[in-house]
Amino acid sequence: MANDVQTAEIKKPREKMFSKKNLRVLREPLSDNNPITFQVLGICSALATTVQVNTALVMTLAVTFVLTLSNVFISLLRNKIPSKIRIIVELAVIATLVILVDQILKAYLFDISKQLSVFVGLIITNCIIMGRAEAFALQNKPWPSFLDGLGNAMGYGWILLVIATGREILGSGSFFGFQIIPQALYQAGYENMGLMVLSPGAFILLGLLVWVQRTITKTVHE
Amino acid sequence: MHSNAYTFRFAATVTIVCSVLLAGAATLLKPRQIENEELDKKKNILASVNIRPAEGESFSRQKIQELYSKYIKGVVVDDQGNIVEGKTPDDIDPKTDTGLYPLYEYIKDGQPQAHILPVSGKGLWSTIYGYLALDTDCSTIKGITFYKHGETPGLGGEISKDWFTANFVGKKIRDAEGNLVSIQVVKGKVREGDPQAYHEVDGISGATLTGRGVTNFLRSELKKYEPFLKKMTEAEGGHING
Repeated sequence: MANDVQTAEIKKPREKMFSKKNLRVLREPLSDNNPITFQVLGICSALATTVQVNTALVMTLAVTFVLTLSNVFISLLRNKIPSKIRIIVELAVIATLVILVDQILKAYLFDISKQLSVFVGLIITNCIIMGRAEAFALQNKPWPSFLDGLGNAMGYGWILLVIATGREILGSGSFFGFQIIPQALYQAGYENMGLMVLSPGAFILLGLLVWVQRTITKTVHE
Repeated sequence: MHSNAYTFRFAATVTIVCSVLLAGAATLLKPRQIENEELDKKKNILASVNIRPAEGESFSRQKIQELYSKYIKGVVVDDQGNIVEGKTPDDIDPKTDTGLYPLYEYIKDGQPQAHILPVSGKGLWSTIYGYLALDTDCSTIKGITFYKHGETPGLGGEISKDWFTANFVGKKIRDAEGNLVSIQVVKGKVREGDPQAYHEVDGISGATLTGRGVTNFLRSELKKYEPFLKKMTEAEGGHING
């Protein structure tokens, strides 16, 4: 199977960088094949890091960094990796990148790294990253793999940011840490929704998001 | 199909490349990470006496240093309760200096306001580190912070959240006779009107064992400082500060 793909690659004339096929690789994970709402992967971190937009953004950036680079590295090595040990090699590449991110956050964004606590380390076990390495990067050239990684990371990221925006506004009355619900409203009896700060709040928003998205794209899960 | 020898060579190369990369990054970033941890401790010492930034804001690095050197004085006490002259908490080597404990004094306008004790001990999964600030009566808690732990986020990890630490403020570690009773993290809520309520704080549901750990290490840590605290209350002349 892998050999067929490679011969096909050689026969074809050189592909443009932003060919239709490549753009589809980048675009598909944003909606039709979204890693969270369609494949339902990476839910754990989507619940844990979306209490505030700030942490969700840093988590998104960390996952983007790890996912695109792991895809590129795995793709570069795809003909060299012995198939017997490919899973553990993928894991070594991913783990190295994650630990790098963790160390950098501890040095330059200490407060955020404390808030994200174990979840940066847990990017290693995020199914999306291993899944893309196995399903895409092992069979494709570095550039499409890069786009695939970027697309999936953004597909993961925008869901995280939407959920985090909803949770922070409803749960804490703020956005990016700035108070946006005016004091007057609180005095009039408005209260923050405590449920939104807890994980079930994220589940409810995520469920609504999946519903809305599937109504628009008309995809039906078997 | 690759040969077994190739597989071994490949695995060895990947291992070496990854470890060199990580070792390099860790060494390069270490000084800044240590600096961050030191600043975080100072920030938490300040927070234990309620010197904290306004909601939604944070102190800059300089601001923390500035406030810390303005209000906090680090001292060392021995197990007899005497202050060891000429030593600061940084001089204590935990391996050799048994019986010497670090202590931070909160001083404002030349008047001591609070004694801040570093407290640490086992939770459920990890060692929890924090600071406990006692009023000058050596009984009333001014504040507490937990700044480093590895408890489950959302369960035991909640100990570092404000809603939990706020429960400690105003509680007393001594009974009416001045005996040390420490503070207990109860299961569920503290019962209203219970005579023990002064020495109890609400627990975290789903984190009973973390709470039990906090109860235990607070007691043993307070015992370490008891000779010093006793001396301080005597120096106060026995009169009780509200």
